[in-house]
Amino acid sequence: MSTVAELQKKVKELEAQLAAVQGNAGPVRQKIDVMSSEVVDSNPYSRLMALKRMGIVNNYEKIREMSVAVVGVGGVGSVTAEMLTRCGIGKLILFDYDKVELANMNRLFFQPHQAGLSKVDAAAATLQNINPDVAIDAYNYNITTVDNFQKFCDTIRTGSLTGGPVDIVLSCVDNFEARMAINTACNELNQKWFESGVSENAVSGHIQFIVPGETACFACAPPLVVASKIDEKTLKREGVCAASLPTTMGIVAGFLVQNTLKYLLEFGTVSHYLGYSALTDFFPTMGLKPNPQCDDRFCRARQTEYKARPVVELATEVTEDLTPVHADNEWGISLVDENIPEEEDTSNLKLVDGVQVAYSVPVDSSTPESSTGGAVAASELSLEELMQQMKSM
Amino acid sequence: MVDESTKKTLSSIPLLQTKAGPRDKELWVNRLKEEYQALIKYVQNNKAADNDWFRLESDKTGTKWFGKCWYVHNLLKYEFDLEFDIPVTYPTTAPELALPGLDGKTAKMYRGGKICLTDHFKPLWARNVPRFGIAHAMALGLGPWLAVEIPELIERGVITYQEKSEEAK
Repeated sequence: MSTVAELQKKVKELEAQLAAVQGNAGPVRQKIDVMSSEVVDSNPYSRLMALKRMGIVNNYEKIREMSVAVVGVGGVGSVTAEMLTRCGIGKLILFDYDKVELANMNRLFFQPHQAGLSKVDAAAATLQNINPDVAIDAYNYNITTVDNFQKFCDTIRTGSLTGGPVDIVLSCVDNFEARMAINTACNELNQKWFESGVSENAVSGHIQFIVPGETACFACAPPLVVASKIDEKTLKREGVCAASLPTTMGIVAGFLVQNTLKYLLEFGTVSHYLGYSALTDFFPTMGLKPNPQCDDRFCRARQTEYKARPVVELATEVTEDLTPVHADNEWGISLVDENIPEEEDTSNLKLVDGVQVAYSVPVDSSTPESSTGGAVAASELSLEELMQQMKSM
Repeated sequence: MVDESTKKTLSSIPLLQTKAGPRDKELWVNRLKEEYQALIKYVQNNKAADNDWFRLESDKTGTKWFGKCWYVHNLLKYEFDLEFDIPVTYPTTAPELALPGLDGKTAKMYRGGKICLTDHFKPLWARNVPRFGIAHAMALGLGPWLAVEIPELIERGVITYQEKSEEAK
């Protein structure tokens, strides 16, 4: 029989081994209660708090109160989550139902030893290690199914640090169905969110800021694509679904988090739409008005609410300088107001050059494409009878 | 664009009318009835044309679908399990048809065996909301996919013919 002391020694050794295996062998950074702007080697926030001293951001430490939901923790979402973690975001909520695979290794963040783990759990562990001050919740499910969608909505509605709605939702998903699910949820919950995406040919991407009722929602128009200057006919799709590059994904994640920080900490201008074409280094930006005939009834309801609200006048400090800058005007140059009032009919999106809709949808959808099968007539059979008929075929 | 035979198949499937998804309680039941009617008609058409190629059924809520599809190549019948969920955003977004048995065997698939559709599918679906249903997704999505991918998978030796046990029809 071993003595108690021997056993205790053995436990200590095993604990050390376990910690080494788990990768916690090195020094672990302790939690920090208040962000300090002290410039010392040991302060992980000194360079961020320097943004205040330089007058870029007024209230950087406010980021500690902010909660962000990241939907999709793949090539864009994982990098997005890491950036926010390093910035000291208060809370991160991660959603994904996929596992890490070796086929993901051309992208950033995940490492080969994590293959087989769920993306959200693998990401949460890495992020928590980078910054223990961030509260991280991980949800491993597909948000587009009926049951999970309700859970997703509830989490967005009550997931903040104070139990209220999150401050912003970031869509980093890779498919139309999930984007539409997020759009549906955010229109219903009146939740601001960013859509982001990288094209399947990996050479273009975009971000879009969606304020329900105020800017175009994801259902207001067919998906927007940045012109890639590639002839679709020459694009070879034989044998592959999608290509990806860590560069394009990193750039889009950077755009996404940059605009998220600007929105959360109220500095600079938040882009409503920012595109990126890798082949030509072209970055179109534009505003996007909602479509009054949007298919999503909650989008239309939010538009009505938005119109009913009084216009918010932004207070700006005005330092008046009464002396004309140029006393003479030899060339007769004058300023012309470019703010032409927007027309009410905005069903046709005013897209900037270089951005187009992926496909067109007929305005009048009541005329169906030719079908000799006609329309289904209301059946006298009950659903159960129809199910049975189908089963017995 | 879509080839002529697919177009012809597609045009003989009845169109649906009710725009309702699984979160729309009573209207969803109407939509489900229409889905079943269109599917029944489509299977009848297939049988009449001696081109019967799938069976489908759903759970009671009509949100989880499962069944089988098969493809005949060199007189041998290759059969696959088929499954999909109806997303909350249906019918604005099409169901993502999956053949889990082929997951990882072809690059023309997303995770979980969801088939990778052509660039034509989504625009055509979007232009036909809410008239297209599950039967149309089968005819326009899975049918052409099987016709292209299965012969190729057989040639590469990734899938091999398996003798039917007893219920071979």
